[in-house]
Amino acid sequence: MPDALIELFSEEIPARMQARARDDLKRLVTEGLVEAGLTYASAGAFSTPRRLTLTVEGLAAGSPNTREERKGPRTDAPEKAIEGFLRATGLGRDQLEARDDKKGQVWFATIEKPGRPAAEILAEVLDRAIRNFPWPKSMRWGAGSLRWVRPLHAILCILTDEAGARVVPLEIDGIAAGNTTRGHRFMAPDAFTVTGFDDYAAKLRRARVMLDPAEREAAIRQQMGNLAFARGWDIVPDEALLAEVAGLVEWPVPLMGVIEDRFLDLPPEVLQTSMKEHQKFFSARNPKTGRIEGFVTVANIETPDDGATILAGNQRVLAARLSDAAFFWDNDLREAKSGMEGWAEGLKSVTFHNKLGSQADRIERIAALSREIAPLVGADPDQAERAARLAKLDLRSAMVGEFPELQGIMGRYYALAAGEPDAVADAARDHYAPLGPSDAVPTAPVSVAVALADKIDTLTGFWAIDEKPTGSKDPFALRRAALGVIRLVLSTGAKVDLAQVALSHIATLFGQVQMRGYETQAADCETLPDDLASEARMRVEARMVPMDPDSGVQALGRHEQWAADMSADLLSFLHDRLKVHLRDQGIRHDIIDAVLAQPGNDDLVLVVNRATALNAMLATEDGKNLTQGLKRAGNILAQAEDRDGVEYSFGADVKFAETDAERALFAALDTAEPAIRQAMAQEDFPAAMTAIAALRAPIDAFFDTVQVNSDNQILRRNRLNLLSRIREVGRQIADFTRIEG
Amino acid sequence: MTSPNRPRSFQEVILRLQAYWAAQGCAVLQPYDMEVGAGTFHPATTLRALGAKSWAAAYVQPSRRPTDGRYGENPNRLQHYYQYQVIIKPSPPDLQDLYLGSLRAIGLDPMIHDVRFVEDDWESPTLGAWGLGWEVWCDGMEVSQFTYFQQVGGHDCKPVSGELTYGLERLAMYVLGVEHVMDMPFNDPAAPIPLSYGDIFRQTEQEYSRWNFDQADTDMLFQHFRDAEAECARILGAAAEDGAGRRIPMAHPAYDQAIKASHIFNLLDARGVISVTERQAYIGRVRALAKGCADLFLTTEAAGVAA
Repeated sequence: MPDALIELFSEEIPARMQARARDDLKRLVTEGLVEAGLTYASAGAFSTPRRLTLTVEGLAAGSPNTREERKGPRTDAPEKAIEGFLRATGLGRDQLEARDDKKGQVWFATIEKPGRPAAEILAEVLDRAIRNFPWPKSMRWGAGSLRWVRPLHAILCILTDEAGARVVPLEIDGIAAGNTTRGHRFMAPDAFTVTGFDDYAAKLRRARVMLDPAEREAAIRQQMGNLAFARGWDIVPDEALLAEVAGLVEWPVPLMGVIEDRFLDLPPEVLQTSMKEHQKFFSARNPKTGRIEGFVTVANIETPDDGATILAGNQRVLAARLSDAAFFWDNDLREAKSGMEGWAEGLKSVTFHNKLGSQADRIERIAALSREIAPLVGADPDQAERAARLAKLDLRSAMVGEFPELQGIMGRYYALAAGEPDAVADAARDHYAPLGPSDAVPTAPVSVAVALADKIDTLTGFWAIDEKPTGSKDPFALRRAALGVIRLVLSTGAKVDLAQVALSHIATLFGQVQMRGYETQAADCETLPDDLASEARMRVEARMVPMDPDSGVQALGRHEQWAADMSADLLSFLHDRLKVHLRDQGIRHDIIDAVLAQPGNDDLVLVVNRATALNAMLATEDGKNLTQGLKRAGNILAQAEDRDGVEYSFGADVKFAETDAERALFAALDTAEPAIRQAMAQEDFPAAMTAIAALRAPIDAFFDTVQVNSDNQILRRNRLNLLSRIREVGRQIADFTRIEG
Repeated sequence: MTSPNRPRSFQEVILRLQAYWAAQGCAVLQPYDMEVGAGTFHPATTLRALGAKSWAAAYVQPSRRPTDGRYGENPNRLQHYYQYQVIIKPSPPDLQDLYLGSLRAIGLDPMIHDVRFVEDDWESPTLGAWGLGWEVWCDGMEVSQFTYFQQVGGHDCKPVSGELTYGLERLAMYVLGVEHVMDMPFNDPAAPIPLSYGDIFRQTEQEYSRWNFDQADTDMLFQHFRDAEAECARILGAAAEDGAGRRIPMAHPAYDQAIKASHIFNLLDARGVISVTERQAYIGRVRALAKGCADLFLTTEAAGVAA
């Protein structure tokens, strides 16, 4: 049982691509081997910046012999058919065998494929894997045509068994496989021979290469921890950075440095972001002061001066970077303290979307909307409006220009510097949230108001200009915005009539979008030749101001209809996202459909409470049977109404009841109806569920003993009308026809 | 940085790079005599990266980025600065080692520094060009850009050129241990008349910053842009044969006009008269010119077409 070892040695592989490349190499090679009939026991893939390595253990020595029999044409078949069969099987005529078959004599071919040695198969599979490797981006180099992520320099490919290691013969674009590799680029650059994976990993370690990325991560983590401990500091954890840094070094050497005092007043987020983004430094926090006071850089080399030169260099670069940051911070604070008028003015020239105007236009809309939403979520309308006006001003700050990911975070600092109350400043920071399904949802009322307004403006805006998501395309992240609206509304439990809010906002937007369209058209007129321009301008202006009152009224009617259609469409998009959200929470999609089919579905809190209560009831035995009863009642009723052409909806009278079961159902409904009505009015859905669940037994008993379609028309009509009471009771809760099972 | 081998001035860094790359067999060219935004614009890179002919050149290229002007006050930013550019086609297999040799030549010993190749793909929308490579970090500072050209002017590069670009001021400041570019010794500090970078460029940075940001006549610049664009198109459209029947396509004169248009666009951008939406359109216009020049160059002898 030989083991295989493969190493693809190249110039530096981007850190972010290494994890997937390991998986791809393992998958492509092992699948290829298995497909060719070569089994193996286990496989493992590793990477450093300069190498991708795969070890496959317990490989079969070769693929098994195979023998396949194929039936061909009759011996008296036309020559062409027989030739075709020979071609297909790759045999000569004398190798065929004539056998008697039901239909006469038929040619049979026996194709024998001898097994192949592992080396031959491995060479083929690796060749294919290298040529078809799915790098996110690949390149050519020199005069060759091979593509790899960066120039590929060497291939190590050996099979090792009791007899020793031998090179698998293989050559790609002039690169012949061998049994040697090299160590660290600077500390151990010479080539050496390896005989198997253990030998390889051990020799690499001596040559200052830690092969396993997990080991490099662990080593960095541990050494950083030690460095921090010595100073009484904590390293700010950052798994993504750790993985990236581990992909940038073959021999990690963490070095700790101190941030100069003059930078310690910068906000911690600024220090952290600048150090991480520009230099891939970890941040170290002093728990006594709560400030970030140090950093760790991970070098790729051990030096005679124990990293002193490297640390000094990094410190210098950091100082230059933080000087920039401090310069931005000081300038930004000055602007913040003077009221941020300049930033507000600047946002007028920043386009949000050419049909939806500038960021300033957008802020204007969000401010109005925040004010409108504020009372619904318990926020002070003045504060909500103020927060909305401030929340995006930091987009013009130098700091956010340098570090876009600090938007909002800087907004909070600047709002505080401007003397705004905490609630307003916090809203500046939090109004973008939640950004993803697992991102925290703001709970402070002012933040919620602005966060909702921000997302509703985005949604209605892109709906108004017909830029809805299609399929996998969602360039404006509208699904995320919709989920944000849903999570905000649900987590605050706010009663927000989304349909109403969206409708009024869409109506506002409509006017703006259309006016902007006219303005663009008017501007376009300027580019026309003079004789056409004046004519065109007149036409555009005629539309900007409705000339006669009648057409104005008509246009208004069209606006209203259009706004209603848009907001209905948007609401159904929100419902779709709600379904996805609730499905993730374990609520069945048919239950959500049944609840959404009810009136009042634009109140998401109501919808979710109903769905949750219904979900719980339907999980019980009573619930399941009740659904059957309600559906049966509905079906019988629908058939009868269909046949008779009337709707049975009123007039069931207990005096026509013949049986106890019938009378019992009347009585049960008399009790249940007001109880359900009251519970629904109070939005006490569990109580409503309990009340309707109590109908299960009487309904079951009724169907067990009573024939609805009696010959007696009076009895029949009475019973159908009784069924309609059942249907009505059900409809108060949900559309049970949509419940499956 | 305490290496005894350390250069003493900005010009010594340049001279050592020149000597090093000359020793590696590169033709040491002189700067292109036009305003460009980066060494890549030199026809020795942009045009010579096209076609099958082998090529190896190194040169200093003064580069202008009007929007980076800071009146000489910022320690690291200049509207006029120098790049050192190396271009070798086909890219040799030991290009990384050759590059590391150049760092040693200017006193950066990779055995005591932390030299790293960090992913950084290069793209020039105005040249219709892109490549893959790295920015090279020395102790956390970017000291060079290292690129394998894949496409120029929309054409696949076959063979592939390897391109190295050193930001000379930043690199030299690091090697010399200087904090502010204007304080950097330009010639030897022990020379009879020692000159700092600031002695030579502080005033020009101020003058150009003022002109770039406030004074450049934008109507005139728009006109220049249109003129360069029209002239480029005219040259590209001219017959390949001259009056005497000689085949002389004029790829380089056309490319000069493309460079000119590109620089004028940068000036207009610095004056803040090009809106975000117009920006893309202007870049597209320059790219169309560069593409036309690349197309024409590929029909010439320098691109490997038999005369």
